[in-house]
Amino acid sequence: MRDRFGHFIRDFLEPAKRLDPMKFLLTLAAGLSLVAVPAMAQDVDVPSPVPTSPSSGQDGATQGGRSQDGRLQVDVTADVGSDQLVIAIPAMPTSANQQTAAGSTADLGRQIASVIEADLRNTGLFRTIGPDQTPQIPYGQVTAPDFPFWYSGSAQALVQGYVRANGDGLTVGCYLYDVALQSELVRQGFVVGAGDWRRAAHKCADAIYTRLTGEGPYFDSRIVYVSETGPKDHRIKRLAIMDQDGANHRFLTNGQSIVLTPRFAPNQQSIVYMSYQNDRPALYIYELGSGRQRLLVSDVSLSFAPRFSPDGRWVLFTMSVGGNADIYRVSSSGGTPQRLTNSPGIDTGGSYSPDGSQIVFESDRGGSQQIYVMNSDGSNQHRISFGGGRYATPVWSPRGDLIAFTKIAGGSFRVGVISPRGDGERLLTNSWGDEGPSWSPNGRVLMFFRSSQGSGQADLWSVDLTGVNARRIPTPLDGSDPSWGPIRE
Amino acid sequence: MNKLTIALVAGAALVATAGCTKKRPDVVPPAPGPVTPTPTPGPGPGTGVVPGSAEDFRRTVVSDTIHFALDAYDIDPESRAVLDSQADWLRQYPNVRITLEGHCDERGTREYNLALGDRRANAAKNYLAARGVSPSRITTISYGKERPIALGSNEAAWAQNRRAVTIVIN
Repeated sequence: MRDRFGHFIRDFLEPAKRLDPMKFLLTLAAGLSLVAVPAMAQDVDVPSPVPTSPSSGQDGATQGGRSQDGRLQVDVTADVGSDQLVIAIPAMPTSANQQTAAGSTADLGRQIASVIEADLRNTGLFRTIGPDQTPQIPYGQVTAPDFPFWYSGSAQALVQGYVRANGDGLTVGCYLYDVALQSELVRQGFVVGAGDWRRAAHKCADAIYTRLTGEGPYFDSRIVYVSETGPKDHRIKRLAIMDQDGANHRFLTNGQSIVLTPRFAPNQQSIVYMSYQNDRPALYIYELGSGRQRLLVSDVSLSFAPRFSPDGRWVLFTMSVGGNADIYRVSSSGGTPQRLTNSPGIDTGGSYSPDGSQIVFESDRGGSQQIYVMNSDGSNQHRISFGGGRYATPVWSPRGDLIAFTKIAGGSFRVGVISPRGDGERLLTNSWGDEGPSWSPNGRVLMFFRSSQGSGQADLWSVDLTGVNARRIPTPLDGSDPSWGPIRE
Repeated sequence: MNKLTIALVAGAALVATAGCTKKRPDVVPPAPGPVTPTPTPGPGPGTGVVPGSAEDFRRTVVSDTIHFALDAYDIDPESRAVLDSQADWLRQYPNVRITLEGHCDERGTREYNLALGDRRANAAKNYLAARGVSPSRITTISYGKERPIALGSNEAAWAQNRRAVTIVIN
């Protein structure tokens, strides 16, 4: 069906084809029947406090929010802060407070709203009024919001939902409303295991973000990275995995061997990375399900810089033979590597275009590190970076339109983007040691690591494609080499 | 610091006497023929150092480490003197195996530095091979910028970190 602005409301029947073994399904029907019952809800007194000012609280900032055709929207290209949409996210009520493996449904309703608020706030595109700044709404209001109340609190958009125990799991309803026009923009429901409640929150935030920005989702995704601790000359490095927002953090290796450059497989079931296990630096595949790892390339030569192809069938990597590093590809199940470059210089950092037809890589064949593009069979190698300084760690955007890189110039490392043709270079960060960008699943955000001058301690950071909203990603220890996985299904 | 100064002086002396006639090898030469071991003063009696051991190596050679210029991997005259002393010792103990570690400073990106460290380790390996040390005795390993020895972010620290280190495997 269409909403009043002529845009399709996400039909619950359509996404049902995205059902997956993780029991992650969209169950709008359940949500509808649940909230259809209490018409009396309108009679319940709404607590009187008006929402306090938005947490990002820039007084006098212009409120963005409406396109020329009257549609509620967020301009993702505008400077952050100049056009933020004010969005209220009250705690999600529950029909009956029940205990689950993850806590009571009432508590989860508040926590889920908080996760949604954080996701939206961290984009830099929204001024959020979260569950700590809003009254508890009655269950019956979930599908019948008190629009005048929210309007008086200057909210432009409103996220409401509910949480209900459902056997071993939860049903989470997720609704987005246009406050001024009193219309519904998103209506989705999610059934998850209780331990996956954060995923329901991320899915809800993704639905809201997608509806209001027109961009693809990215909140329900994970990061693999290298957790670091210890002195600079003997850093202990462990493979670790966490949600995009830093939650559900878990170490995958014990730190006995140096590990570097983990990268997600497209199906997210494995990670390819480099390990110095037994003092023999080599590439390994780590299976997330079993926790087992296997050697990918069994060769005495140095192999490093791995990255999966978009279809997951290949791993692009660098092998150095007698001091000469070239790019190879090998089946992700192993086998004999196939050589793709043969220059006497250092060719490394290969990354496929999203359609798999091309490869971007770095080479110092011309005297200094620069970015090159070639066909996936190694033909037509040509340089695309011509600015001053050195260019490294190229990685193709999942949207295909940009290549992110590390630029070394003026004594500092910065993260930037350039088109695959070599034009439109833009630097997005300005610090001493920003290195190794990785794209969000929707190609809107880059995660990288920022090293401190002197101590060498590194942290994970993200920055919007527009170069604004740089912020540190919380990790238990220091962090480097982030790899942003695809959106989870 | 004193030790380093002495090592440098000794290195310079060696270079002077060696005549510096050999060019830097571009490729690993074929397996060298038998080399007559030149008598090198080993550890003195009563020092407790086992001849042919890692400790013996460190006490005997000019240094276990050579250094490189920024983003470079060529063996300069000072490094040749160091490697010559290592080659002398290694020819004396033909059953001893070594690992050559290549290292970089922090001013390169992680993956590039792995390749550069490998270039440095291989440059040292090729030099030793040209001096009569069988390449089959030499394993190389690149640590890129993962294992600095000087911790600062300044020219002096970076110069120390751009290095190849010879480790005797006992």
